Amino acid sequence: MTQTPLLSLSGLTKAYPGVVANDDVSLQIAPGEVHALLGENGAGKSTLVKMIYGLVKPDAGSMQMNGAAFAPSEPRAARAAGVGMVFQHFSLFDALSVAENIALGMEQAPKMSDLSAQITSVSDAYGLPLAPDRVVGDLSAGERQRVEIIRCLLQEPKLLIMDEPTSVLTPQEVEILFKTLRKLSAEGTAILYISHKLEEIRSLCDAATVLRLGKVVGECTPSETSARDMAEMMVGSTLRTPKRAEGETGEVVLALKGLSAASPSAFGMPLRDVSLDVRAGEVLGIGGVAGNGQDELLAALSGEMRVQADMVAVKGVAVGALGPTPRRAMGILTAPEERLGHAAVPDMSLTENAMLTGMAREGLAQNGLLNWTAAKDFAERIILKFDVRTPGPANAARSLSGGNLQKFVIGREVMQRPELLVVNQPTWGVDAAAAAAIRQALMDLAAGGAAVVVISQDLEELMEISDRFAALNEGRLSAPEPTADLSVERIGLMLGGAHGMEVAHV
Amino acid sequence: MSLATPLLAVVATMVFGGALFAVLGKDPVQAIATIFWEPLFGEFAFFYRPQLLIKGAPLVLIAIGLSLGFKAGIWNIGAEGQYIMGALFGAGVGLAFYPMESAFIFPLMVLAGAFGGWLWAMIPAILKVKFGTNEILVSLMLVYVAEQFLASMSLGLLKNPEGFGFPGSRNLQQYASAHNAELITGTGMHWGIVAALVAVIFAYVLLARHQLGFAIRVTGEAPRAARFSGVNPTRLVLFCLGMSGVLAGLAGMFEVSGPAGQVTIDFNVGYGFTAIIVAFLGRLHPVGILLAGLLMALTYIGGDIAQSQLGLPAAAIQVFQGMLLFFLLALDVLTNYRLRFGAGEVV
Amino acid sequence: MDLSAINPILFVAGFLIAATPLIFAAIGELVVEKSGSLNLGVEGMMIVGAICGFATAVETGSPLLGFAAAAVGGALLSLLFAFLTQVALANQVASGLALTLFGLGLSALLGQSYVGIKPPRLGDINWGPLADIPVIGPILFTHDIILYLGLVLVIAVWAMLKYSRMGLVLRAVGESHDAAHALGYKVKRIRTAAIMFGGACAGIGGAYISLIRVPQWTEGMTAGVGWIALALVVFASWKPARLLLGAYLFGGITQLQLNLQGAGVAIPVEYLAMSPYVITIVVLVILSRDKSAAPASLGRTFHASS
Repeated sequence: MTQTPLLSLSGLTKAYPGVVANDDVSLQIAPGEVHALLGENGAGKSTLVKMIYGLVKPDAGSMQMNGAAFAPSEPRAARAAGVGMVFQHFSLFDALSVAENIALGMEQAPKMSDLSAQITSVSDAYGLPLAPDRVVGDLSAGERQRVEIIRCLLQEPKLLIMDEPTSVLTPQEVEILFKTLRKLSAEGTAILYISHKLEEIRSLCDAATVLRLGKVVGECTPSETSARDMAEMMVGSTLRTPKRAEGETGEVVLALKGLSAASPSAFGMPLRDVSLDVRAGEVLGIGGVAGNGQDELLAALSGEMRVQADMVAVKGVAVGALGPTPRRAMGILTAPEERLGHAAVPDMSLTENAMLTGMAREGLAQNGLLNWTAAKDFAERIILKFDVRTPGPANAARSLSGGNLQKFVIGREVMQRPELLVVNQPTWGVDAAAAAAIRQALMDLAAGGAAVVVISQDLEELMEISDRFAALNEGRLSAPEPTADLSVERIGLMLGGAHGMEVAHV
Repeated sequence: MSLATPLLAVVATMVFGGALFAVLGKDPVQAIATIFWEPLFGEFAFFYRPQLLIKGAPLVLIAIGLSLGFKAGIWNIGAEGQYIMGALFGAGVGLAFYPMESAFIFPLMVLAGAFGGWLWAMIPAILKVKFGTNEILVSLMLVYVAEQFLASMSLGLLKNPEGFGFPGSRNLQQYASAHNAELITGTGMHWGIVAALVAVIFAYVLLARHQLGFAIRVTGEAPRAARFSGVNPTRLVLFCLGMSGVLAGLAGMFEVSGPAGQVTIDFNVGYGFTAIIVAFLGRLHPVGILLAGLLMALTYIGGDIAQSQLGLPAAAIQVFQGMLLFFLLALDVLTNYRLRFGAGEVV
Repeated sequence: MDLSAINPILFVAGFLIAATPLIFAAIGELVVEKSGSLNLGVEGMMIVGAICGFATAVETGSPLLGFAAAAVGGALLSLLFAFLTQVALANQVASGLALTLFGLGLSALLGQSYVGIKPPRLGDINWGPLADIPVIGPILFTHDIILYLGLVLVIAVWAMLKYSRMGLVLRAVGESHDAAHALGYKVKRIRTAAIMFGGACAGIGGAYISLIRVPQWTEGMTAGVGWIALALVVFASWKPARLLLGAYLFGGITQLQLNLQGAGVAIPVEYLAMSPYVITIVVLVILSRDKSAAPASLGRTFHASS
């Protein structure tokens, strides 16, 4: 290559107490190139892009933009230099309008009326329909991402950083996004594309840099490298795919009949007439884009949200009106999506967190008095059985890595011999080895005769472990279908296509 | 760490408080010594030491109740009002029996005092669980209402008919059946002090060993996790506010029937607010609160001595106590940063 | 009892005055809460403002200098809160309470030698012939400049929040400090500025009580007005226009009960005196169903990760 790279990083290093997030990372991106940054959670991808975007200062190393030194001290400087970023967790303000959100990301925001016109014209040009005066809290995940993208595009960036952009999109929405990105690339905008979804990278990216534990461990041309090879580069070892033992499905364990309920949170999604049967020995996968009623469904099953008694029945007993404790006593166990602050108390020890849900079923309390010795013992058993890496049960939940805490949280429920286990996003933000272990545990549980419901946004995961698949869309659940006969297109349609929005005309 | 911060805060307060006293033209070393040394080891320590218990008991009693709520993120800051109501109910029951002498009067007064405080605390509690009303504002507003009620009572219903028209009730110290007398002469030990010690032990067991205490702690740390684990937030609000109301009411009742003796317009002296400082200074831990209550009582008594001996204004002591809370909160930065480094959002 | 002793014109003019301390304190707190901080120290900042203003006015003979000093005093005290919550990451509820307890003590200390003194009077603005208009004249055009300033401030805050870039950024920070931080906004700096603005406003509100409304200095003279101001912000759903309405409502009630006391109504004085607090509770109950308008990050501690 003789061309001056648009962005060149050399020897970037950033350390935090206890971890080196980036160790001597170098890479180059040419104008118009779509460059993939590949790596597991915790590999240092986020830290690297935060340095490029001026949110984090590198300890060592240098960056060059078009051959000139580039050291943004804050995002403003990065934006001025032509770097735009679309965040993984959207940096959006729910209560503000689309136009206000976009104005906040601009240095010299024009008058609101002019800005609205600009938004409309850019959104037309790139096939990203969006009404400027809508309140962001009411938008779907796909639409919210458009707000971010348009915010970046209005600055006419030379480099667009996209952090895990497709994790919240339906397959159809992903197609629309890719068309937009290809068009941008053709116009000369470079794209730094962060993902761990290998097939996407193969279809979209021109080059890829693989990070592992903060270091660059490989570079490749994705279209010429197999997904498996890239995955092994990323993980550093041969991957073991979870295997499931064939089991018989038995009686109906969970029966939902016309489950409808308003959401407890302001921008939540109500559940609308959800009906479902799950049998013993079966794994039912529930897919759907975030914010379509997943949290509410889990809350209705765990007992955090009370509904009409007969809407939820377990083994023929109407439990809809019961709270979490009596449901646990019946063997209805759940693990919510958010580990810190919902499934576990961050600043409490693992022993205390074992007590949190184990109190009734593990006999950790008698007449209201707590048996801490038994709780410690329970925590130790979870740690041992699920290979939770921690110095001991006295350590705070917060001190564990995402994968280890997730193993603890799932393990805590699995070890309580559930009749019905419901998990939401069991492997979100978890490293591949831990994810495989968790999936295996869920399948083993079903093989042992429990009914398992897995709510997830990771379609590959659901295809891998579930017997039947249903989709949540706008609080409604589709009729479940056996996973064996499902095509990607069919899944996409079940998920609600492009959320009823007109498909882009690029 | 949990012990170091309050001690550091006390030292910092002594330094800056001393500076304040110097600005006021008093010898800072002498002033600090008068506040902290004189009541314990000075010439008249035999008089002041019992005072320490007498002043400390209501502070500890109220602060224990507040700390349960504070731990769970339920902010009752109207203990002053509950204290007044407890005193009015307790004294009211006692005076209703006047001049009958009977052994059941005092226990009835204790129940009535607890009930009065509970009732007053139930108002913010029920409004919170029924309507989501902010308990901070409601409980605080009710302090002003209770103060007016106190004025009305000491000028009206409870006024001493033989008091020559002066506001204020009969003196319960002169009514044996209703008098919260010293249990052991010369020690200052009265039923309120016993109650405070019982409350400390009760709270300790509750928080360390009981399901309800665990629910309180989890709710304070992570409300969502608490709901997930099966905690009923409504019941928790009712319990925490109710309990703090009961304890504040008891404190008021023991005070009015003992050291204070009668219901007067200015019966309340701010124990309900100072107890907030005590609760935090004790790090919301029962044993910590016991020590903090005694320390705060010391500043009250020492402050009084400094006022009479050195002419140190009463307000200076108030500033001194406020300072203590400031330093305590500011020094929490040490704990906060250690615990929360890189952890992001903390409620 | 003689209700005819209440002059309706004087009553209305009176409640405009009674509402002014509330307007200042509440509009300041509204800005603070819009930025995502919950400062429960309003009462403390008001009382410190009250004594700073009073002392300065007495010493210099200039009420306007008094108000300036009150603003400075309130802002300085609020800086303590900003330090505790933004730097030391202390609990906001506890820090606000600390501010109030400390402020009450500090003001009592500062005010020792000012008890029983009459402050210099701040003259009313001369509106010329406007003041001679029947009914409207005596109600609207017989006031001092600070009262009008309060109205201007409410309008200015409303316009700032709705139309200006500064207002947009302020709302954004209060809505999601994480998102604002990701976009490169200085969350702590913005919040500190808002807190100081709130402190200055509360200070002026306090001084209005000690210099105009009463006018004299007594310990604890704000008597819960700061807490009512906090309630008022909730009442107003964080909207300046409704805040003005609420302040007049409370001002009206306060003035009415004072007038009724004066008129010797058959209700005991104590029950009249507790009415503003009881009504505050009632209003809080009626309005607390609608929490949707509250800034989403209100009261949450921000600590930038990585």
